[in-house]
Amino acid sequence: MAYDKFTTLTSTAVPLPIENVDTDQIIPARFLKATERKGFGDNLFRDWRYNQDNSPKEDFVLNHSKYSGKILVGGKNFGSGSSREHAAWAVYDYGFRCVISSFFADIFRGNCLNIGVLPAQVSAEFLQKIFTAIDTDPNAKFEVSLIEQKVTILATGESESFDINHYKKDNMTNGFDDIDYLLNIKGKIQEFATSRPL
Amino acid sequence: MSATKTLFDKVWDSHVVHQIENGPDVLFIDRHMVHEVTSPVAFLGLKNRGIRVMHPEKTFATADHNTPTINQHLPVADPLSANQLKMLEENANEYGISYWGLGHEKNGIVHVVGPEYGITLPGATIVCGDSHTSTHGAFGAIAFGIGTSEVEMVLATQCIMQPKPKRMRINITGELQYGVTPKDVALFIISQLTTSGATGYFVEYAGDVFKNMTMEGRMTVCNLSIEMGARGGMIAPDETTFHYIKGREFTPKGEAWDKAMDYWQTLYTDPDAIFDKKLTFDGSLIEPMITYGTNPGMGMGIKNDIPTADMVQGGASTYKKSLQYMKFDEGDSMIGKPIDFVFLGSCTNGRIEDFRAFASIVKGRKKADNVTAWLVPGSHKVESAIKEEGILDILTDAGFELREPGCSACLAMNDDKVPPGKLAVSTSNRNFEGRQGPGSRTLLASPLVAAAAAVTGKVTDPRELMHEIVAG
Repeated sequence: MAYDKFTTLTSTAVPLPIENVDTDQIIPARFLKATERKGFGDNLFRDWRYNQDNSPKEDFVLNHSKYSGKILVGGKNFGSGSSREHAAWAVYDYGFRCVISSFFADIFRGNCLNIGVLPAQVSAEFLQKIFTAIDTDPNAKFEVSLIEQKVTILATGESESFDINHYKKDNMTNGFDDIDYLLNIKGKIQEFATSRPL
Repeated sequence: MSATKTLFDKVWDSHVVHQIENGPDVLFIDRHMVHEVTSPVAFLGLKNRGIRVMHPEKTFATADHNTPTINQHLPVADPLSANQLKMLEENANEYGISYWGLGHEKNGIVHVVGPEYGITLPGATIVCGDSHTSTHGAFGAIAFGIGTSEVEMVLATQCIMQPKPKRMRINITGELQYGVTPKDVALFIISQLTTSGATGYFVEYAGDVFKNMTMEGRMTVCNLSIEMGARGGMIAPDETTFHYIKGREFTPKGEAWDKAMDYWQTLYTDPDAIFDKKLTFDGSLIEPMITYGTNPGMGMGIKNDIPTADMVQGGASTYKKSLQYMKFDEGDSMIGKPIDFVFLGSCTNGRIEDFRAFASIVKGRKKADNVTAWLVPGSHKVESAIKEEGILDILTDAGFELREPGCSACLAMNDDKVPPGKLAVSTSNRNFEGRQGPGSRTLLASPLVAAAAAVTGKVTDPRELMHEIVAG
């Protein structure tokens, strides 16, 4: 599926300074019953966000009116556990276009890249600076440049670069699709397939 | 440059169709397993593109995540679940994919039925929209979980794009103590590495402990590779592997078998092959394990006390939040904690050896009155074996009931939900907050620990209920 192009994003950010946020928290299994990619944002962090009677939990960050923006900032090892792409869909559908953390789980990182959400991995020290900047001013803005592979805290001007492989960067900046790429080399794949009798 | 290769390199390199400069490898996939939850949007994508499944004969569909574990002969009551199951059946029919749906004699959890029918083979690349696809690595396959965009990619092109992971070898030497199972080995490793300690790596398990392990035990260990962040784990195929797969429905026969064996026997790590990381543990020091927190890395020997925040890696606030959720205190002993639920099953521990282990402890005893127990076989084949081996009689005499196959309370997508605040001893793979139902509290453990808890109503060292078998 083609997705929005991503070049540079300037936005406020929502802080979630918790480690090992697993995809069961991002979207609990009972909300995986849909057969279309729609409405997952409503249940993003469902059980941290709402009480069992569906009333909002006052202390959860998504229920604080002072925090908003297209950037989610999470603690170390963000997105561990289940491979459910629904977690990335929920992040996207809620309105986030970038997740910043000091460490991502593999599958979640891949799922984000495949749907046009940028997982930007920064050092633990820089992550802490981002949390501090939001703590100081919830309206603090950050610039995430995919072109320059750089996250900047606009309030202080501090910045740090992040890694992304060239192929994926190219895809995201242009909105290209992996399957189109593969269908383009279909002949090569079919030739390979005949050599594998399994 | 040395020509020596790891097992992982041999299998990976032989599947690379195309290399993208500064990008991922394009890897050919031999087996694609599909289930109802992570596939509908992928099939929708195919429809929107107007393309077909490239290799339906390499694609296998089963319903497991969202299925009830009682009254499977009746229509599925939850309309959303019923719709998802119907979609899978329709998609399988439309694209000519073999489909083992609810009620089919071969139905079961995808990672249980794959090996049972010989779909899982050494040296193969296997993917599924499920992180526990790592299970199949037990056969010397490269097997890993993928997201739905990637499910669509594999349906459309039989390939996946993946950067090649780094290589890690985990060597476990010596002999396991009595009462220590493959589940304990895996929970021990994860407790040492933490829940993210193997992220970015593909793991090879080696050493005497794995050499002497059954195929089902190896599956349990490889299954849990993802719980320390590894994309997958694998074990070099050997006589144990070949003996297990021979004669199964989808296993090569006759000349094809001989040819396959020639290849499979080359699947081992060459001496001097390079790993990015190597770890060795002494297997004789591993105790029956139990988790106390909200990720699988928060585990310890069952007789130990819960560590204090200053003893653990990672942030103290996350650690304290986790214990608060579990309603435990730092320094608590786990032994003797009253429990409410026991779950035996899942792709981790839903095989016949797990039911044998469970039965060995409950035999001649009674289920504790305060415990609700869900015993869920991983497949119909497991269910049949439970009946044929007389295990069902043992379970019934002890006051247990057997349910029908499925993922069940491992992820609680169906009605098998542990109620808020209740404490469950579970043989499954994740103790995340609410994993077994909103507000549920999970202790991961082996089938032996689960059985000991089921008959005593509290966390109990299973060795106290076992009669030591004297060797010779």
